[in-house]
Amino acid sequence: MIEMTDVTKTFVLRRRNGRRLRRERTPVRAVDGVTFTVDRGEFLGYLGPNGAGKSTTIKMLTGILTPTSGRVRVAGLDPSRARTALARRIGVVFGQRTTLWWDLPLKDSLTLVRRLYRVEEHAYRTRLAELTALLELEPFLATPVRQLSLGQRMRGDLAAALLHDPELLVLDEPTIGLDVVSKATVRGFLARLNAERGTTILLTTHDLGDIERLCRRVMIIDHGRPAFDGDLAALRRAAGADRQLVVELAAPIPPIELDGVEVTDTEGPRQTLRLPDGANAASVVAALAARYDVRDIALRETGIEDIVARLYRGDHEISTPVMNPPPDLATR
Amino acid sequence: MVSETAGGAGPLPRAGQAVSTYCLLAWTWIRAAAQYPVSLTLLALGTMVTTGLDIMGIMVLFSRTPRIAGFTASEVLFLYGTSALAFATSDILLGTTERLGEHVREGTLDALLVRPVSPLIQIATEDFSPRRFGRLVPPTLVLALALPRLPIAWTPGRVAMVPVMVVSGVVIFAGLWVLCAALQFVLLNSQGATKAITYGGAFLTQYPMTLFARDFVRGVTFVVPLAFVNWAPALYVLGRPDPLGLPGWTRFASPVVGAALCAVAAVAWRAGLRHYRSTGN
Repeated sequence: MIEMTDVTKTFVLRRRNGRRLRRERTPVRAVDGVTFTVDRGEFLGYLGPNGAGKSTTIKMLTGILTPTSGRVRVAGLDPSRARTALARRIGVVFGQRTTLWWDLPLKDSLTLVRRLYRVEEHAYRTRLAELTALLELEPFLATPVRQLSLGQRMRGDLAAALLHDPELLVLDEPTIGLDVVSKATVRGFLARLNAERGTTILLTTHDLGDIERLCRRVMIIDHGRPAFDGDLAALRRAAGADRQLVVELAAPIPPIELDGVEVTDTEGPRQTLRLPDGANAASVVAALAARYDVRDIALRETGIEDIVARLYRGDHEISTPVMNPPPDLATR
Repeated sequence: MVSETAGGAGPLPRAGQAVSTYCLLAWTWIRAAAQYPVSLTLLALGTMVTTGLDIMGIMVLFSRTPRIAGFTASEVLFLYGTSALAFATSDILLGTTERLGEHVREGTLDALLVRPVSPLIQIATEDFSPRRFGRLVPPTLVLALALPRLPIAWTPGRVAMVPVMVVSGVVIFAGLWVLCAALQFVLLNSQGATKAITYGGAFLTQYPMTLFARDFVRGVTFVVPLAFVNWAPALYVLGRPDPLGLPGWTRFASPVVGAALCAVAAVAWRAGLRHYRSTGN
């Protein structure tokens, strides 16, 4: 569905150099040699700190920007040359701004989208009924877009992007600013779209809940370079996401001494232990229970937020920089 | 599965598609504007008042000075009417393209680029309001007044030349709008300069060229071919010798100039879009 081969995008920043009129030109590599493929039916989460090159990648995929070098193919087309033809086959949603017509009722916006994308009347009706039911659009179909809440607007935008039944849906921060309920609706809808219709979905987000609930594959880009590619479990492993054991003891005692574990925090009778990657939690728990008077034990996985924050800060070398997606993902 | 023929059709069907898309989008914006009927009415009234004042200004001028630069009142009104009509039409069709810079700065151009429709059409139809048609009223009125009073014998050639010069004028102004929009891809804050060329050009051609300095007019003739909007063909209609001594064929060159300007504008637009897509925002 998507093929990027050694894609680079360089922007030239012009900066005033002191008081002189001559301006300095600094080339900045927003995307620096990115290579990846996305197969039909995948659900890929694309992560990265602000300015890492996420949006630039999305813009090159949709034909908004032309890459400086490298090869891009989306649905077999070169986006920068066949932008209009590609637009008919993909759906794009920007979380930050709507593509709907501000003053028109949502329904009219959708009718207009049908005409622009030349969707057949019959197909349109079936599709609209489907989307209306799934996204719960009915209550505000007749409301002008400007009066919609952010959550309603986002659902409207999703409907507009999917009327022509695109093979690929590209979402740029689709859940930004949404409340919990709207987020759940949007996520549930995307999961169904991917599972039932087989629509390939590429999503950028800062909301790691999106990634945890939706994406089977995660890609992280940092400073324009791919920093990780694989599934969530692999991400945890790669980032050395150790598990933690929180032990509630009968009384405050000096730090626990046990082979292979390390006490990271002591707070009265509660001690937090770090379990190294690959350690057997069950045997550690058994050993603890045998030697100490344990009241309660809780096992905690490092949250994806922590993992990603660690990757972004770059204070943790990722052991396997770029991995191929597991075979079960690639063959879907 | 999905046919690739959509954009691959011949130039004529493609032009037809562009026109129908334009109409569809314009109609959509009109309906959107109809959502605020009071504001629509007030703005329409405003347009009528300002254009009415324009006409009165010209009338006052002529009640005081019967001749300007050797031209009679009806001749000047003829010049004003043809230019203003051409400009108003082009303004209705393409005036909002001057907002391109805004779209680039605010990043909203990206949303236009992911639709399977030319961003030029999308911007040109933006905020399309029926009130735009109000701009046609004063120039039409002026022409209706001036045409029967022209001190000339109407030959078939002269009669035919009037619509030809108006249409050529529309085409020339249209080319200028697009050219200026293309310029904004490079100079993001050039809206002022753009206005000077388009509105300034409209103002300039509303008066006989002999009002202005000779070299300036020469420059205008060849650099920005505004003189072809109405001056050269009007000389033919009015049966006057060219005070600047340009060869006779220039009087019939307006359609060619218009077509050439549009071709240049199309190339510039494409280059501008390519520039945007290679530099980003």
